Amino acid sequence: MRGYLAAVRIALRAIVRSKLRAALTVLGILIGVAAVVIVVALGTGVRNRILGEISGLGASSIYIFPQSTQASGLRRRESVRMSEADGLAVLKESTSVAALSPFSSTSMQIVAGEANVATQVMGVTRSYLSILSYRVAKGDGWTEADEQLKAKVCVIGETVREDLFGSSEAVGQYIRIGKHPFRVIGVLEKKGQSPFGEDQDDRLLMPIGSFRSRVVPSAPGKVQMLVAAATSERTVDRAVEQIDRILRQRHEIAPDDEPDFVIRTQAEFRASQERILDTLTMLLSSIAAVSLLVGGIGVMNIMLVSVTERTREIGIRMAIGASEGDILVQFLVEAITLSLIGGVMGLGAGLVVIKVLAAALGWNMTLPVSAVVIAVGTSATIGIVFGFFPARRAAHQDPITALRHE
Amino acid sequence: MLPQSQGVAAVLRDEPLIELASVGKDYTTEAVVVRALRHVDLTIQHGDFVAIVGQSGSGKSTLMNIVGCLDRPTRGTYRLDGLDVTRRSNDARAIVRNRLIGFVFQGFNLLPRTTALENVELPLVYRGVGVAERRRRALEALGAVGLADRLHHTPNQLSGGQQQRVAIARALVTSPPLLLADEPTGNLDTRTSYEVLGLLQRLNRGGITIILVTHEPDIAACASRVITMRDGEVRSDLRNERPVDAAVALAALPPSGAESDERAP
Ligand SMILES: Nc1ncnc2c1ncn2[C@@H]1O[C@H](COP(=O)(O)OP(=O)(O)O)[C@@H](O)[C@H]1O
Ligand SMILES: [Mg+2]
Repeated sequence: MRGYLAAVRIALRAIVRSKLRAALTVLGILIGVAAVVIVVALGTGVRNRILGEISGLGASSIYIFPQSTQASGLRRRESVRMSEADGLAVLKESTSVAALSPFSSTSMQIVAGEANVATQVMGVTRSYLSILSYRVAKGDGWTEADEQLKAKVCVIGETVREDLFGSSEAVGQYIRIGKHPFRVIGVLEKKGQSPFGEDQDDRLLMPIGSFRSRVVPSAPGKVQMLVAAATSERTVDRAVEQIDRILRQRHEIAPDDEPDFVIRTQAEFRASQERILDTLTMLLSSIAAVSLLVGGIGVMNIMLVSVTERTREIGIRMAIGASEGDILVQFLVEAITLSLIGGVMGLGAGLVVIKVLAAALGWNMTLPVSAVVIAVGTSATIGIVFGFFPARRAAHQDPITALRHE
Repeated sequence: MLPQSQGVAAVLRDEPLIELASVGKDYTTEAVVVRALRHVDLTIQHGDFVAIVGQSGSGKSTLMNIVGCLDRPTRGTYRLDGLDVTRRSNDARAIVRNRLIGFVFQGFNLLPRTTALENVELPLVYRGVGVAERRRRALEALGAVGLADRLHHTPNQLSGGQQQRVAIARALVTSPPLLLADEPTGNLDTRTSYEVLGLLQRLNRGGITIILVTHEPDIAACASRVITMRDGEVRSDLRNERPVDAAVALAALPPSGAESDERAP
């Protein structure tokens, strides 16, 4: 076990001597390590992006939908199952709900002058903007008075603005929705795509009262859904409990019965997305790991060839006093050196690919330090694991047989 | 190039360097047992210069390999410098080879694509000697065999005689008490053979015990003891009171104008 530096020198010289062979072996490891590095970076990139977008939807938001059950279907008319009154009660009684908005929407054709476009028309209250972190970039949102008067005003998303008004000023213009002209009073700040690929700027918002009386005529107070925000991300669970209790009470549903509503939270959604992402990353990583394994087998193969070719050299070294340990270390160091060269080059290649991908996709992909450690650590481990068997074979040669080898 | 201190102590105690008792070696190949060595009793004193002669296949190399701790005997005991080395571990035998024995082979057995200097340093690497000390001793050994000007030549840039001198320098660099040479002149012409032999004689006068295998009577005549082997046994064991001085024999050779063997290609 003397002189690891000498062993490294011997290893490098042996590698340089059979350049092409070494290069091919290194390539195997390089591809494996690069694959792992790229998969890890892609994984974190996708993760950051999707989870970031989900948070952008309002990390503490809660959605309450009506749900038809056998019991409720018999007991009451479907149309009044979820109402603005439910929302007001929740807002009033639940200590953990900070804001709440009723929500109804429909997809329809809207017209401004010559231009017309199909978009999602939504009836909400002003709280909706804050719950889902929308900001009015130009003009203003509507007022409480507008809500009470069911005023014909609307706030539009950037996509709608672009499609209807192009380069001309949108605020102050009129959009015809069904039979009624609505005045544009504000334009929302651009939000981009949602994690589901939905264009979050392709929408038109108006007071819920205006929606009910002028867009989709429906029973007073009826809404499709309630959107709420907990007081913080930590109080989401408590808010859900409180909403459940309040709505059961209002809908006269016993605690053990199936409710006629469903409560979904962004946190839940985020967790399920994270599970999917984890599974995906795991899957891709194992594929990358297989290529690393193949690289390792390449190292083992080349080391076995090297040991056979250098049997006589092993015999000479043993004759002049190399111990089995010395020979073992020599070949092990050679295998590790090969693997490490592949590992470092693979890391470099991976980084280049990540840079290119990040630029092409416009994603923010960072390689965690752990991935660098993993790349170098794994390649060294591969050298040790796959180099050990050939190295041991070299070390266990009988000196005299090795010397006679031609 | 003096023998090591434990060797000196052994000399003072009048103990032999090598003691083989009833040594035998069988090779089993595909159910056929070859009795390479039948029964060998042999004692060699410190400072002796022994030639082993005999027909091809008589067991000379087998005996050398056992003496050199490269191979283990099937039967019998072997004591080297008072130490029973037959039943030692592989690692212990590696240390014995490194410290007590220098090998010179017929085929030189230098590491290819490795300079003379590095080849000579190698035993010291395995001995754990530091870089500077290693370099100093390798230079000294190469100087002693007259190759101070060929330090950075690789084996394929050296003539046969030069390669064998590098091999001798490598065997000497650890100052072992015992030098084993199995047909060291087998691949060399007469002139170069005498040069190598002269070198061995000089080393022997310096105190190193030498065992030399050859099948050339002229070469054997330079040793002070000649052992003849046949069918795996020692047939005769004669002391030569007046060994031929290789330097004198070399001078007596008809001059060869070419000297081709001694020029590097
Ligand atoms: N590794 C081996 N396997 C089988 N037989 C061997 C082996 N080495 C030597 N022998 C046999 O042992 C005998 C002695 O061989 P060796 O010691 O090499 O003789 P020498 O060196 O005197 O020519 C020969 O018959 C040879 O064929
Ligand atoms: Mg022989």
